[in-house]
Amino acid sequence: MVALRRPWGALAVLAGLLLAQPASAQIFKPETFKLDNGMTVVVLPNHRVPMLTHMVWYKVGSADEEPGHTGLAHMVEHMMFKGTKTVAAGQFSRIVAQNGGRDNAFTTADYTAFYQIVASDKLETVMRLEADRMANLRLDEKDFQPERQVVLEERRMRVENEPASRLDEQTTAALFLNSPYHHPVIGWDVDIERYRLADVVDFHTRWYAPNNAILVVSGDITARQLAPLARKYYGVLPARPVPERLRPQEPAPAAARTVLLRDENVAQPAWSRDYLAPSYRDGDVRHAYPLQILAEIVGGGTTGRLYTALVVEQELAADAGVGYDPSRIGPSVFSFGVSPRPGVALDKIEAAVEGQIAALLKDGVTADEVARAKNRLRASVVYARDSVNVAARILGASLASGQTIEDIESWPDRIGAVTVAQVNDAARAVLKPERSVTGRLLPLRDGEGASR
Amino acid sequence: MRTVPKLIVVALCLLWSVSAHAVAVEKVVSPGGIVAWLVQDHSNPIVSLSLAFRGGAALVPDDKAGLASMTVALLDEGAGDMDSQTYQARLRDLSVSLGFSAGQDALYGRMKTLTDHLDEAFGLLSLALTEPRFDRQAVERIRSQMLTDLTRQIQDPNAMAQRAFAKLVYGSHPYGRAAEGVPGTIEAIDIPDLQAFAKTRLAQDVLYVAVAGDITPERLGPLLDRTFGGLPAAAQPAALEQANVLTDGRVEIIRRPIPQSVVVFGQEGIGRDDPDWYAAYVMNYILGGDGLNSRLMTEIRVKRGLSYGVYSFLAPKERGALIEGTVSSANDRVAQSLRLIREEWAHMAENGVTEAELADAKTYLLGSFPLQMDSTQSISALLIAIQLDRLGIDYLDRRAGLINGVTKDDIDRVARRLLDAGKLSAVIVGDPEGF
Repeated sequence: MVALRRPWGALAVLAGLLLAQPASAQIFKPETFKLDNGMTVVVLPNHRVPMLTHMVWYKVGSADEEPGHTGLAHMVEHMMFKGTKTVAAGQFSRIVAQNGGRDNAFTTADYTAFYQIVASDKLETVMRLEADRMANLRLDEKDFQPERQVVLEERRMRVENEPASRLDEQTTAALFLNSPYHHPVIGWDVDIERYRLADVVDFHTRWYAPNNAILVVSGDITARQLAPLARKYYGVLPARPVPERLRPQEPAPAAARTVLLRDENVAQPAWSRDYLAPSYRDGDVRHAYPLQILAEIVGGGTTGRLYTALVVEQELAADAGVGYDPSRIGPSVFSFGVSPRPGVALDKIEAAVEGQIAALLKDGVTADEVARAKNRLRASVVYARDSVNVAARILGASLASGQTIEDIESWPDRIGAVTVAQVNDAARAVLKPERSVTGRLLPLRDGEGASR
Repeated sequence: MRTVPKLIVVALCLLWSVSAHAVAVEKVVSPGGIVAWLVQDHSNPIVSLSLAFRGGAALVPDDKAGLASMTVALLDEGAGDMDSQTYQARLRDLSVSLGFSAGQDALYGRMKTLTDHLDEAFGLLSLALTEPRFDRQAVERIRSQMLTDLTRQIQDPNAMAQRAFAKLVYGSHPYGRAAEGVPGTIEAIDIPDLQAFAKTRLAQDVLYVAVAGDITPERLGPLLDRTFGGLPAAAQPAALEQANVLTDGRVEIIRRPIPQSVVVFGQEGIGRDDPDWYAAYVMNYILGGDGLNSRLMTEIRVKRGLSYGVYSFLAPKERGALIEGTVSSANDRVAQSLRLIREEWAHMAENGVTEAELADAKTYLLGSFPLQMDSTQSISALLIAIQLDRLGIDYLDRRAGLINGVTKDDIDRVARRLLDAGKLSAVIVGDPEGF
């Protein structure tokens, strides 16, 4: 098949690879312990090659921002590379590189993570640096002002230059009425332009405490080797109170919504539908495992129900898929996305998807479909173990969004225990019109695309 | 004639020879003479395979541009006695991932399977390569997907800039066309074209195979014969002319009503087999390579906040190399970004690098290289890249020496030879001010 870039991907910013690699697995068998200051440590040994991934996850994300400060969590992530009492601005990444390592960071609605991938004998160097910027960040206005511009350029690149991303922001804002997931992780431009360096410093001070952080080290290391280093660099940092993480409940949804974005840059129309859905931690959480099976049955690759019906049989669409990520503290989204074939109207796409949903709700899924989906999901656990980096990300993301090691390790069992009736119940609970936002991406006038 | 009588394992190359747990690359020659490079890793019940056929999208005629991409996209859309949905369902039920793609100089494939399904996974791969069906329904579906993707590229300023830049510097050479073709040529491709392309390009003499994971040479050898033994011995001879890379400093503007201008810039580069390749490689790292520390990143992002990212890279196509880069800046600031890039270009050409920069670059390039071997899939992909670049199975042992051997004089010489700010050409997609 042709790998099309997905036209939807409302979840992509938030969930990333977790969609493809279910948080998972009896098989990780991580070792875990807590430092005296409350910092959680997770070790995932893998001795294939003498390298490791060192990650620190902070339990804070864009959903923890205050009104008028959207995007501040992401701005703080950027400013974490700007210097401490003893390491000058820009030196962090330079030192990592001088040690042959790679480093980066990312922010989502629920967490912010920093990582270095290094040869295992460089672990202590990066631990010293990472602990230093947790405790001793020293920021300067002359570094802040250009970095604000960098973030505005990042927003232009990721969102404003891309009509599909602009529509995603709008559908997400329409879906979440009360949850802070309403606003984009990168923030609204009007806020990015206005917050001050003092806001960055204040946010860092409030949230970047060891008792609000998780250390994940994956690769050529054992817990025995790591424990003394973790105590030496992170264990000495004092714990301090961190704010409560507020995830206001969504009110009962009352009306199906449609968001239409017409833009002169659009050449290829797109259709999406997002349903407000429970997560592992929010709403009717018993549906979280059945919904993963449902997503596999309806949206699983080129043999899922949606692709088979719309792309192969009805020949209306070029691509069609489904997304669902339960690893969130607040509510989640069960989403459909379709890329129409040339000349096919979005009304036809919408009718075809609704026909599939109606049939699903009326007749339910079959025992055979559920059995096959379970097989595939369980196989994905084995693949998830293959990559040192992916394993570290799955563990860190799951823990930072409110799951326990026990939850992660029993994922295959819990998936295996889901019944046909539970899948059908979950579908009927979630796929209701009033829970949904439909997104339509169109050129300025029907039948016209951007000029070629 | 293939007369090799039995399995030969020619060891090997120690990837991390300084380390206690080195990764060993073995050369496996099957009883039928098919060669594969293998890294055994029995820690997970997974096997990853990467393959390539030398000769890619640049070999198809102008009026069939996109043929290579379309052919490989159809290999897993029905093969042998299985139609597309049956074949795809089989892959899915076995949790085998399989995919193909087309570059200008090679066709690529990758497969990942659980060890439990090794025989069937290799069987499905074999069918895709040797008995693709090209059923009408599947062909039309893939055609519609390619057309849709091309339409989407029209609203993607990055894709637009890449395409326009290739056209600008390569002109009418096949490298000047996008591998995915254009709507008119994709509509012109028919089933006999696809069949002919598969038959003439997927052959043993241009095949490269790399495997990583839970498999032994003894197990792999017979699978290689079963999987690839049915391919024709030789591809149709094909010669691609050398491209005449035109970079004369011109800036082409494609006006779009978007807030940020996207720029692709570059000039003629250096071939992978050039004696100064490693000097150019180190020089480029200092100029615009990975991460936040390059000169371009420092001047454009860190000091001035003009862009989220600015990079340069060597693009050593077989018949016409480039040194290329990208940047994107707000419309009212992009002219400043481009001016700074030209300044850095000139500064590097005139003054070269410092010893300190060179030392830092070496430690990074040596230390970070093995970090990409994060999974069986990334290991097999790396081994294929090394084979396609004709570097030899001992390359992983030699690489450190090649990079360590680069001197400041080497870099200063190659910078003077390659970089000419006045000839740096660019394409800008957006609504840039000052142009």
